[in-house]
Amino acid sequence: MGEPLTAPRATTAAPLLRADGLTVDLPAPGGGEPVRVVDGVTFDVPAGTTVGLIGESGSGKTMTALAVIGLLPERAATGGELAWRGENLLRPGTDWHRVRGHEIAMIFQDPLAALNPSLTIGRQVGEILRRAGRPRAEVRRAVADLLDRVGVPDPVRRMDAYPHELSGGLRQRAMIALALAGSPSLLLADEPTTALDVTVQARILRLLRSIQQEQGLAMLLVSHDLRVVAHVADEAVVMYAGRVAERGPAGATLRRPAHPYTRALVASVPAVRTRTALADPLPGAPATPANRPSGCAFHPRCSLARDRCRIEVPRTREVEPGRWSACHFAEEVIGS
Amino acid sequence: MSDLLVVSDLRVTFGGRPNGRAGGRTKSWARRGRTGLVAVDGVSLRVAPEETLAVVGESGSGKTTVARCVVGLQRPDSGSVTFEGRPLGPVGRRPPELQRAVQMVFQDPRSSLNPRMTVAELIGEAWRTHPAAAPAGDRPAALRRVLADVGLDGDVAARRAGDLSGGQCQRVSIARALAVGPRLLVCDEAVSALDVSVQAQILRLLVDLRSSHRLALLFITHDLGVVHQIADRVAVMRGGALVEEGPAGQVLGAPRHEYTRTLLDAALDLGAEA
Repeated sequence: MGEPLTAPRATTAAPLLRADGLTVDLPAPGGGEPVRVVDGVTFDVPAGTTVGLIGESGSGKTMTALAVIGLLPERAATGGELAWRGENLLRPGTDWHRVRGHEIAMIFQDPLAALNPSLTIGRQVGEILRRAGRPRAEVRRAVADLLDRVGVPDPVRRMDAYPHELSGGLRQRAMIALALAGSPSLLLADEPTTALDVTVQARILRLLRSIQQEQGLAMLLVSHDLRVVAHVADEAVVMYAGRVAERGPAGATLRRPAHPYTRALVASVPAVRTRTALADPLPGAPATPANRPSGCAFHPRCSLARDRCRIEVPRTREVEPGRWSACHFAEEVIGS
Repeated sequence: MSDLLVVSDLRVTFGGRPNGRAGGRTKSWARRGRTGLVAVDGVSLRVAPEETLAVVGESGSGKTTVARCVVGLQRPDSGSVTFEGRPLGPVGRRPPELQRAVQMVFQDPRSSLNPRMTVAELIGEAWRTHPAAAPAGDRPAALRRVLADVGLDGDVAARRAGDLSGGQCQRVSIARALAVGPRLLVCDEAVSALDVSVQAQILRLLVDLRSSHRLALLFITHDLGVVHQIADRVAVMRGGALVEEGPAGQVLGAPRHEYTRTLLDAALDLGAEA
């Protein structure tokens, strides 16, 4: 209509990160057939956007994240494509030392477990700079600057502290500073606020959001908490039993889900300020990849399930512009 | 209405000698005269029969220590805990009927159940500890009834705890508590470790059990959203002290204390922007 045919939108350019049919197989604990813990996962992380990867236990969200940063268990076998600036990270010979920390950096859930207890904060934050051969005084200045940017008060003094000497919130800030030290283009945050108190959580989320916006960073935020994703993510990817249930803009996905699983998750989030009735809970437990039901993995817990759902694995299809769902009856879900 | 549980002026300190009190338990490593960390500082609470009181707070607020005093796993420095007017001492010194009356459900069902024991053994253990609560006749039938109460199939009885999902484990923990006929269930973050879609199931179960078994609940949590769904009253703790207490709708709808407002502002809702 009004749009000129010759001017493709900027978003059609290759995204920073593209997972295309990503699979991860892990050997079964007792031998036997390997278990496909990530089964054909596809999503994009365009530069400068935050993508929320939502899932419960067994959803494959953490394995997907570990594949992105090259930290899968050694015996894991991968398939499909994981393209970083168009280059497949899954091919053998990827130089992870060039990518990890410099291009893609990770923020872990529990900073106390992720930081080295026997090294000062300053030493850990500055490690990547020191390894790049920057002179000592310059590294110290840069570290103080990084700590200041993530809101650590009195950074010059704090850089000589050990992790146990800081509060949980400050430790998480230090880890964010560590991740930023290598000037990455993508931050991978795995449940970055789950271990924190609510008041601290809100501040850390605000910090991540402002860093992401000011520096034009992309962020892949892995979380089980829909509220966290609703607050910081532009795009949402909902995973169930190793597959993508639906993906699309975060706001629309959480307001008008296109998959019954997302709808049930949204309904189970209690409102804080108003009294809400207890939602009708989903029956059963999350399916696991080792025990994935036939057809649509969600069908045993789904109130809309029909014969087709038990037999046919749903194809992921675009149900609205920019919104993809792996439900045979997505239109029915959106409309209701 | 007379209260079921009364906690009055509870005070608990860790790692030191209570200030100015002789006879406090002093560990050899504690320096003389050193004041310890005050975990709970003069807290008073009441729970009526069949009422749900939620205690909310962040880490270090003392909410878990209060729960541990109520079930008798922590000895307070001063203050008292009574159940229908009778004092509740350390759990080992409680008369059996008081031990049974106050039961606890822990946060992580996987670490609070022996993974190698079957569900039947886990519940049988509760009956062995409290023979007065054990079924007189048909045990398998009684076991099936208890499991049905928590929404589990009878055939779960033969399975080991380690083979169950997190939600099933938490149901077994609740069944084990119910098996001895409690009047008060103390739930310490009982749904925090569960998947989101399973949390709702367990909350629903607790609400149903409350009316079917005429239970009072002392619900310890950091999640304000959960409070609104199940609690009649809520007590907000910070740094060992109670900052605000009242009907859940009132405290969360129109908080009077600044800290409660801070907590509410920090709590995330779906939809609202940070």
